[in-house]
Amino acid sequence: MNRARRGRLAAAVFLLAGTAATVALVLVALNENINAFHPPERIVNGTAPVGTTIRAGGMVTPGSVSRDAEGLGVTFVLSDFQGSDFPVRFVGILPDLFREGQGILVTGQLDAGGTFMAHEVLAKHDENYMPPEIADLAAHQAADP
Amino acid sequence: MHRLLPLAAFVVLAGILYLGFTLRDPTLLPSALVGQPFPEFDLPTLGDPPGRATRADVAGDVRLVNVWATWCPTCLAEHGELMRIRRATGLSIVGVNYKDDPAEARAWLARHGDPYDFNVVDLAGDLGVDLGVYGAPETFLVDAGGTIRYKRVGEVNGRVWREEIAPVLAEIGTPGDG
Amino acid sequence: MIVELGHFATILALLAAVGLAAAGYASAANPAWRSAAATLAGGQLVLLVAGFGVLVHAFLVSDFSVAYVAENSNTRLPWYYRASAAWGAHEGSFLLWTTIMAAWTWAVSVGGGRLPAEIHGRVLGTMGLLNAGFLLFLLSTSTPFERLLPGAPAEGADLNPLLQDFGLIVHPPLLYTGYVGFAVAFSFAVAALLSGRLDAVWARWTRPWTNVAWAFLTVGIALGSWWAYYELGWGGWWFWDPVENASFMPWLAGTALVHSLAVTEKRGAFKSWTLFLAVAAFSLSLLGAFIVRSGVLTSVHAFAVDPERGLFLLALLVATVGGALTLYALRAPGLGSRAGYAGASRELLLLLNNVILVVALAVVMIGTLYPLAYEAATGGEKISIGPPYFNRVFVPMMFVLAAALAVAPVSRWRRTPARLFRGAALMLGAAAILGVALPLAFAGTFEPGAALAVALAAWIAGVHASDAWRRRSSWTRGYAGMVLAHLGFAVSLVGIAVTSTFSHAVDARMAVGDTVVLNDVAYRFADLRRVDGPNYVADRGEFLTDGGVALYPEKRLYDARAQVMTEAGIAAGFTRDLYVTLGEKLPDGSWAVRINDKPLVRWVWLGALMIALGGTLSITDARYRRLARRDAAAGRTAEAVATA
Repeated sequence: MNRARRGRLAAAVFLLAGTAATVALVLVALNENINAFHPPERIVNGTAPVGTTIRAGGMVTPGSVSRDAEGLGVTFVLSDFQGSDFPVRFVGILPDLFREGQGILVTGQLDAGGTFMAHEVLAKHDENYMPPEIADLAAHQAADP
Repeated sequence: MHRLLPLAAFVVLAGILYLGFTLRDPTLLPSALVGQPFPEFDLPTLGDPPGRATRADVAGDVRLVNVWATWCPTCLAEHGELMRIRRATGLSIVGVNYKDDPAEARAWLARHGDPYDFNVVDLAGDLGVDLGVYGAPETFLVDAGGTIRYKRVGEVNGRVWREEIAPVLAEIGTPGDG
Repeated sequence: MIVELGHFATILALLAAVGLAAAGYASAANPAWRSAAATLAGGQLVLLVAGFGVLVHAFLVSDFSVAYVAENSNTRLPWYYRASAAWGAHEGSFLLWTTIMAAWTWAVSVGGGRLPAEIHGRVLGTMGLLNAGFLLFLLSTSTPFERLLPGAPAEGADLNPLLQDFGLIVHPPLLYTGYVGFAVAFSFAVAALLSGRLDAVWARWTRPWTNVAWAFLTVGIALGSWWAYYELGWGGWWFWDPVENASFMPWLAGTALVHSLAVTEKRGAFKSWTLFLAVAAFSLSLLGAFIVRSGVLTSVHAFAVDPERGLFLLALLVATVGGALTLYALRAPGLGSRAGYAGASRELLLLLNNVILVVALAVVMIGTLYPLAYEAATGGEKISIGPPYFNRVFVPMMFVLAAALAVAPVSRWRRTPARLFRGAALMLGAAAILGVALPLAFAGTFEPGAALAVALAAWIAGVHASDAWRRRSSWTRGYAGMVLAHLGFAVSLVGIAVTSTFSHAVDARMAVGDTVVLNDVAYRFADLRRVDGPNYVADRGEFLTDGGVALYPEKRLYDARAQVMTEAGIAAGFTRDLYVTLGEKLPDGSWAVRINDKPLVRWVWLGALMIALGGTLSITDARYRRLARRDAAAGRTAEAVATA
């Protein structure tokens, strides 16, 4: 093999290895960080997986927000106002726009008792906002009331 | 790099954007309530002392029915537009005070102005469920026969009035189109 | 009346843009049209500046008969926020976008006067066509001049409190200047494809415009990150949010373009690749505009969903990008280039740079659009991609990029003699020791990621500094700009790695008088007062550290919209920021408080500023002025020969 060919071969091997490594990394990382969204109905009826990181959303039921006496734990109920309600547990600081009756997105895991253990609570900084997940939820309800 | 590759990739991308966009847009989904009669209800009003209101009080004239609450910042944002509509067109507006504290609601109206003919107090959200409400504000246009002709999810602003509500009003044929 | 004049000026600007498109393309064939194109480019700018000025004026005088003013302003806003509210929402910010587009067009019209007519006319024509599309979109779906008649409200709904901030006064104009500036490179690429003329002269003309746009975009993104950090981030400064990614993708493409243009200019290589990047950078700007303005992706920054606008923007995107890529598919192969290079040449390093940047771009794009594709494929199943995806894939690539960048100054075109790498290799050893030792000495723990980042940054700094010293008598501004930008990359790299690895944070329940200790600093909640702002009331906390630093976080209630806002109390420093935020008031009167200790976080943005400054410095290089004169002379000769 002459020098030029060897060089070209090395480049091709390098390129192939790099591509393979990148594609593998992307696939693995994507797979590990996909969080599926589950509407309240699926959380309540047991279709949503227990123990994996998922997203859920709903409206904060007025009167359901309860802060612990010590520490920063808080519990509240998310509802689709269509009969599916589930409790959420979160430790930390709630966003400014967290309010009773507002649409909220939570990321976390469902425990065996049906409580959603959230590690992130999301409300948008624009008050005209309704997360698309929740807006859709409502649109589906409107479609089959 | 093959010369057609970028174009092909872009066509795929544009397809995804188009599909994703049409799926994500809630206003493109038809509302099953439009064309349906306004639901029956029998609830207290916000007056002091409170009276009662039923469906008969809503039907009978062309009205906007606006679902609002004091805990809803967007309701405050659209309040100026409702005041303007009321003042400029004389269109009747009925409020549904949704899952709210009636005393706070009265104070809120005293502070920001009251565009409503009367307010229905929907403390438990029953009327809200029948109306398919999932948040506040939502606004319905009801014709004189008590049929829902239009539904708006979210804020009513000048643009929504001009481009969406006023044309429906014109179609219904009322003097109150401004 | 004056508002209608502004609207009318904008309509005339659309006509000017259409006229410019026609005159520009016509002047490519017939130079007699050149002065018409120049007039129209100037006229378009004057008209849009007038239109935008009218809008700002309507805000300053609080003319609430204008719907857009009523929805986004309030008489109690300070005057500077009333002015900046003009670009605080979709309609006004897009008018600003078209005005900046007109400014770039005018700059190319004036500054490119020595370009061959064939290129100059087509560049101006393409830019006119682009702005005609933008203005058509603005006027048909998003005019900010609409009146609320009859019955204008007495008071406006107020500007979103999050936007009542210095960062938001300057962030959008800078960002748009960067986004839209890539339209120049895009138009140069289209002109090159149309005329089949792509040589060193073309690259030399395109480079300065690209560098300036790229520098603006760099500063714009850094400002956005800084704003997110103090205004809403609770200490975070980058979230891999779709809207952030929307601005980051054109930046990655632009960075690749800035480097590949160097190869095209100096060596005549990478020609069709450079063209592709020039098209891609602006296409990604448009994609970003679509993502932000259609509401298609969940984001904290996006404007509200509007189907009509979304579809119009998508059509604009398809026409622009589809058109350019079709042209590329038809014409690019004719521009093939063969320039030999081998081994560890500068070409190879720049190729590596481009490959990494474009792959990184693809990674960000996949992460951003995957949820959309998934939803489209499954008919509505929703997913989101967590930030760890981006960190895991993106970070290793940046390490490879840093390594390639470190040896850039010692590399040579065609082939680099091995002895030149010897010094760099020695320095790598020293840098590795520093990488392990420095974080150990300051943080007391060994973190492989931080050690690698510090080592690579030290390597970059060492090689660049020694090379700059060796050439101290012969610096050009181009060279100095390159060194400054690369050092900026190293500074950002250290900032990002250290602040990501060694930050401390705690959420605590605190009443006045309580003390919390974080990373050896004691924070005492000393006082809480009620403060009145111009359009808000606030609870203002006073936190004192045992080091004598005072922090004043606030919880504000903006009354026009009844919106609650958190203002962080930050003690900024070169080596670290102390950062306290008031969360919510708890039923017993105590507060949920977050305390952050962020080492070297300022370096993230300092590095970005150095990068932008470097990019700008390099275009003031004397050779551009010298060569511009020579090229112009050559171009005139060529034209004379062609006509004869």
